[in-house]
Amino acid sequence: MITQVPFLVTIYYSFREWNLLRPGEQRFVGFDNYANVLGSGVFLSSLWATVLIVGVSVAVAVVFGMALALLLDRRFIGQGLARTLLITPFLMMPAAAALVWKWALLDSNVGMVNWAFSLVGISPVAWNTDHPIVTIMIVLIWQYTPFMMLLLLAGLQSQPGDVLEAAAVDGAGPVRTFLYMTIPHLRQYVELAVLLGAILLLQVFDPVAIMTRGTGGTKTLSYLLYERAFVGLEIGEAAAYGVLSVIVTIIVAMVALRTLFKVFKTEGTR
Amino acid sequence: MSSRLNTSRAAAWGTALFASALALTACSGAGGGAGDSSADSGTITELTLATVNNPQMVDMEQLKGEFEADHPDIKVNFIQMEENDLRDAVTKDIATQGGQYDILTIGAYEVRLWQQNDWIVNLSQWADDDAEYDIDDLFPPVRTSVSVDDDLYAAPFYGESSFLMYNRDIISEAGITVPERPTWQEVAAMAKQVDTDDHAGICLRGKPGWGEGIASLNTVVNTFGGSWFDMDWNAQVDQEGFRKALTFWSETIRDSGEADPVSYGFTECLNLFTQGKAAFWYDATSAAGSVEDPDLSEVAGNVGYVHAPVVETDESGWLWSWNLAIPKTSQKQEAAWEFIKWATGKDYASLVGNELGWSRVPPGARLSTYDIPEYQEAAGAFADITKETMLSVNPEHPGVNPQPYVGIQFITIPEWQDLGNSASQVFAEVYAGRKSVDDALAEVQELAQKAGDAQK
Repeated sequence: MITQVPFLVTIYYSFREWNLLRPGEQRFVGFDNYANVLGSGVFLSSLWATVLIVGVSVAVAVVFGMALALLLDRRFIGQGLARTLLITPFLMMPAAAALVWKWALLDSNVGMVNWAFSLVGISPVAWNTDHPIVTIMIVLIWQYTPFMMLLLLAGLQSQPGDVLEAAAVDGAGPVRTFLYMTIPHLRQYVELAVLLGAILLLQVFDPVAIMTRGTGGTKTLSYLLYERAFVGLEIGEAAAYGVLSVIVTIIVAMVALRTLFKVFKTEGTR
Repeated sequence: MSSRLNTSRAAAWGTALFASALALTACSGAGGGAGDSSADSGTITELTLATVNNPQMVDMEQLKGEFEADHPDIKVNFIQMEENDLRDAVTKDIATQGGQYDILTIGAYEVRLWQQNDWIVNLSQWADDDAEYDIDDLFPPVRTSVSVDDDLYAAPFYGESSFLMYNRDIISEAGITVPERPTWQEVAAMAKQVDTDDHAGICLRGKPGWGEGIASLNTVVNTFGGSWFDMDWNAQVDQEGFRKALTFWSETIRDSGEADPVSYGFTECLNLFTQGKAAFWYDATSAAGSVEDPDLSEVAGNVGYVHAPVVETDESGWLWSWNLAIPKTSQKQEAAWEFIKWATGKDYASLVGNELGWSRVPPGARLSTYDIPEYQEAAGAFADITKETMLSVNPEHPGVNPQPYVGIQFITIPEWQDLGNSASQVFAEVYAGRKSVDDALAEVQELAQKAGDAQK
């Protein structure tokens, strides 16, 4: 009830024309808002931006997360410290992370990345202007790699020791053990990581709002929605975007959950 | 085997839940914070003030203790935001009658629109009765921009126009003399001449957002003979004047501007210029206070100021003011006025001057500020030109063509915020080289026509 009432109200607003700065001029407009949303092309380009940013960020974060998990899955001095430091980016507020990257790291004037580039003779890069999508992805990958690492590390540590021992006795080297024993064992962890990562990242907003402001193909659905509602102040149109976004999210979630259940069903009956 | 699988599955779910919990914790950290009231809030009136994080407002927060010492029953909580965020937050709050804030920092653009919607309190009920507040001392054009039918709806905290600043060291080293009233073509040529890998020739705003990205550009559009609308609200964006202006602006940024224009708004240019990494900077006159403060600026005392560059008009500065207003939703209006009276009163200039330095006094709000000898001495480099420009701009007719609205760098219609924001994003693509000037203008023309149609 509590979750559905706001959604029903949103559907109601999506049939009305209402600009916040014109409080007296609300009226019913039928499907006009939906026609505007689908006709303007902004929705589709925004959907594409979301898919691209989320897809690439999750994929790269899984790869990096796997590499870090493998490194952490062995005993060494300072292991606890290393693990804590590696997890830190994920614990940081998304807005704070975006600010750190914007000012301290990627700034064209005082950013540390460009400073490091200058040491090896690479000319400074205008990240936000020339590579806006990459800029957003860098922040997301940095922030979500620890999340992937945590999940995959749990997978690695749950690997049965006797199986690995048997593999070693049978003469399998580390590469073969990794490819034929560890990777199949980790499959469900990777799938979980991808699904949860995608669900969390679908709402990406902070780095877009703070760094690129929706330029250069980085206008994700959540930023678009924010812009229609709080910059455009077009409540009717924003509601229509919201309803469509919910439909898209439900489709994605259904596909995702079905895949997830399939994974566990197969695993359970094996 | 199956028990082992169960263990590993449980471990996977457990880790997933733990990680999700961590994610939720991180999210909740972003939202919380504001609006706490202390246990003794029964006796103390707590005011929430939303403001832009410009240096003058940061100073105001630093000095609020003086006000609270004089008014032990009032406590003021500041919420500082970047310009774009502030505008979004306060507009949303007031339009939905949220009532989160007791004092709002709003620009000249909002005052008239919000007064029409009956959202803000008429301050004349207090200001007129208070001889000490001396409403006639307010800077005339600024007072006009925040008044409707002679009633004051917001109290000017500071007012500004725009002008061209230049780094004297870099310019004199290049053997250049900057004219008192330069043309944009002259400025572009000089900027190109002094542009090096070490410093930009000129810093110009390119960051999206109507306040950030469009303000400077609009003054250029005006002086190049372009306009947004004709007198019948037909969009004029794809016409010659606008095309020349955008072409000029994007070429100048590319040839001699900062490296990352889409990231650069007021604050970023301020940082660049005060670090000595830009030879010219075209922006708000209020920037001078920070530029001349030796604590904040490496180029203090070494900066020249000339009028906003022109092409076809005699003057092309903008007119803006940041003002304090009380939303009708506030339950603490009397206390809010007490604070506004203090922050925008005559004595505030002296307080800032004595406590923080005279160059940091908020300019362009009160005429009496310009009579203070210490201020004249500290702000000698920019005080006169600020005053002169602010008195010579004409918000009713800033360009070559007549316009159906009042405003220089903004258009006083409800749709402007949306139009300006969208247009600034399209123009950012031009600065980044991903879109041609013609394509950008055609796209913005369509958006502008929609906004124009809403006025017909």
